[in-house]
Amino acid sequence: MNLTLHRFHGGIHPAQNKEQSTHQPIKSIPLPSQLILPVRQHSGTPAKPIVSVGDSVLKGQVIAEAVGHRSVPIHAPSSGVVSAIEDRTTSHPSGLPELCIIIDTDGLEQWCEHPNLFNKTDCQSLSDLPNEEILEHIQNSGIAGLGGAGFPTALKLYKTKHHTHTLIINGAECEPYITADDMLMRERADHVIQGAQILLHLSEAKRCLIAVEDNKPEAIRALHESLQVLKVNPAIQIVSIPTVYPSGGEKQLIKILTGEEVPTDGIPADIGVICQNVGTAAAVYRAVYFGEPLISRITTATGDAIKQPGNYEVLIGTPLPHFLEHTGYIAQQPERIIAGGSLMGFTLPELNVPLIKTSNCILAPTTSELPLNDLAMECIRCGQCVSACPQGLLPHQLYWFSKAQDHEKAEQHNIFDCIECGACSFVCPSHIPLVQYYRHTKGEIRTERLAQQKSEIARQRYENRNERLARIEAERAAAREARAKAKAEADALREKQEAEAAATASPDSQIEDLERKILAQQDRVTKAQKSHQAAQEANLDTADILFKAVEKQQTKLQQLEQELIALRNNVTQEN
Amino acid sequence: MSMLWILLLAAIPLVILAMFSGALLGFAEVRFKVEGNPIADQLNDILPQTQCGQCGYPGCRPYAEAIAAGEKINKCPPGGESTIAAIADLLGVEPEPLDAEHGVEDDVPLVAFIREEECIGCTKCIQACPVDAIVGAAKQMHTVISDECTGCDLCVEPCPVDCIDMIPVETTINDWFWQAPSNNLELIATDRQTVTGEPS
Repeated sequence: MNLTLHRFHGGIHPAQNKEQSTHQPIKSIPLPSQLILPVRQHSGTPAKPIVSVGDSVLKGQVIAEAVGHRSVPIHAPSSGVVSAIEDRTTSHPSGLPELCIIIDTDGLEQWCEHPNLFNKTDCQSLSDLPNEEILEHIQNSGIAGLGGAGFPTALKLYKTKHHTHTLIINGAECEPYITADDMLMRERADHVIQGAQILLHLSEAKRCLIAVEDNKPEAIRALHESLQVLKVNPAIQIVSIPTVYPSGGEKQLIKILTGEEVPTDGIPADIGVICQNVGTAAAVYRAVYFGEPLISRITTATGDAIKQPGNYEVLIGTPLPHFLEHTGYIAQQPERIIAGGSLMGFTLPELNVPLIKTSNCILAPTTSELPLNDLAMECIRCGQCVSACPQGLLPHQLYWFSKAQDHEKAEQHNIFDCIECGACSFVCPSHIPLVQYYRHTKGEIRTERLAQQKSEIARQRYENRNERLARIEAERAAAREARAKAKAEADALREKQEAEAAATASPDSQIEDLERKILAQQDRVTKAQKSHQAAQEANLDTADILFKAVEKQQTKLQQLEQELIALRNNVTQEN
Repeated sequence: MSMLWILLLAAIPLVILAMFSGALLGFAEVRFKVEGNPIADQLNDILPQTQCGQCGYPGCRPYAEAIAAGEKINKCPPGGESTIAAIADLLGVEPEPLDAEHGVEDDVPLVAFIREEECIGCTKCIQACPVDAIVGAAKQMHTVISDECTGCDLCVEPCPVDCIDMIPVETTINDWFWQAPSNNLELIATDRQTVTGEPS
């Protein structure tokens, strides 16, 4: 039990604002008449719809299948009819539309067949099954990280070349306002513990640490109790960590628990650590033991503009207006709904969006509670952001480089290590929206890299094309030459043969031969004339070329006729 | 006489040194000759590779070679100001504004789009495309591979039935990124009043 905790650099202590939403137990809201399911609710490749408009679907039925490993399928959260597959605005800061499957629910909540893993495989325990099969079951259950990033859960657990020594179940939930994980741990601690046990089995780690910030004593108590009741693997430990934002950040939590840092451009697996959210662990448990795919999640509704703040078990795809209506939202002016918490969340550009697998909180603040952005003033280089940055970056320098669009310098100062936690913006006395600058700069650098890649491909295609054209030209020239050479050889041979034949053949047969040739040549002339005429009538550019061809054939005819006359003269003279 | 002798004596080592260095340089010139044109290669890396020919050269590579040989650096509209700045930086010259004679910089990237029902299958656009981004065959419908299209619009002019449009590439959720915060909030109070025209 004696685990030495470490500290990460910086961090802040913002007002928690968590108690508002923990007064009531997790509730459910009535079934919405329509569910909107984006095909991308996780990070990675969007799922591919496998239903068509008009299809009836049952609760838990796969409606979009995973494309490769970096993807998870989407299941119907309730039974009903697919009424449309079209672009809709989703819970994304851009407000841009993306492909969604829309289900009109029938209210029957009729489940499809959903055997749990043990019935499906006729096995009694996890150790009887190969890990790949369990992971496949987890992926097929549509489980992606419920903490916010939505990384496909199974993908983290596939064997890598690094040996995993620690599995971390992240229950820190450090961001103000959000209490979804807190309430889950309080009410369903056994799900979390059982899920942790499955994940521990899969990761083959030596220990599993369930980390919870010490501002959630009820959750910690519930976990301890359930740990004793369930008598699970002794490698599972519950760790209470000091409350400091952003301790729930993956890299920060790893630093706190192991003292190690995830390398730049690296992932936790590189240092033998796997991180999973408590919500994800509970979802894995439900998928393995009950065969339930991920079709619902716990979402916090909070903020002074919500009359009944609390946590709600919502179906994935529930339209936000329906959710707000059943949580008692009082419309504000200007209207501002934040997806996520007050530090890392983003204001939704449109309200008619669905709740998705990563929607952990809907925050509806009043203007007095969370003032709109103040006017930003000039940076005074006070250095408070440097002391606050949990990644040990130089936020003020990154700000200058971002403002000057000096991308190279920004990259040198490791802008891509920024986790966009917002600690720097929080402490900035000049109220500069620092994170927004970094997000923009990161986006520009990424776009630039893509453009560079594209231009490299274009250059290659251009060079390949030029090479091909040159090759074709060379081949043609070679063929022309070969033809000319062959013709010259054939001509020489024919002349020789003709001369020999002339010397031996009788003049009569020569005349006959020539007459035959003249007839054939006349044919050719008429043919050429015809095609020339046709071209002239159609007013084609080729008419001139064809006219030349006619002339050429005519001269040949004349030559042959002259030869014939000469030959006849010879014959008459000889006679 | 002795003065001249001293002078000669001083000159002899210098002459020997000069001959030796000359030989060394001559040898190096032959032995370490750089193949190709390294400056043109670097310039070619900076140019946007649209291969549009708006600069008056039949592609980015020929223009890069021309710049290396002394051509102006401001003839590339697709690259725009950023490309000019990068070239100026590389060559150590002053950046110039884009020469409007060769076209203007587009705000949004464009790609060619063939209205397929109107296409007669003449293959003229296929021959015109510098990056082989159009597929089709004689008397068969053609289409643009929009991922490979550089937006050079060289295919538009040869089309006998005018069925090719240049359409802007729309931002999708995949390539969207955050806007930079607007700067006008950072003016000092008195400046702000002048900007908005309010009396002070």
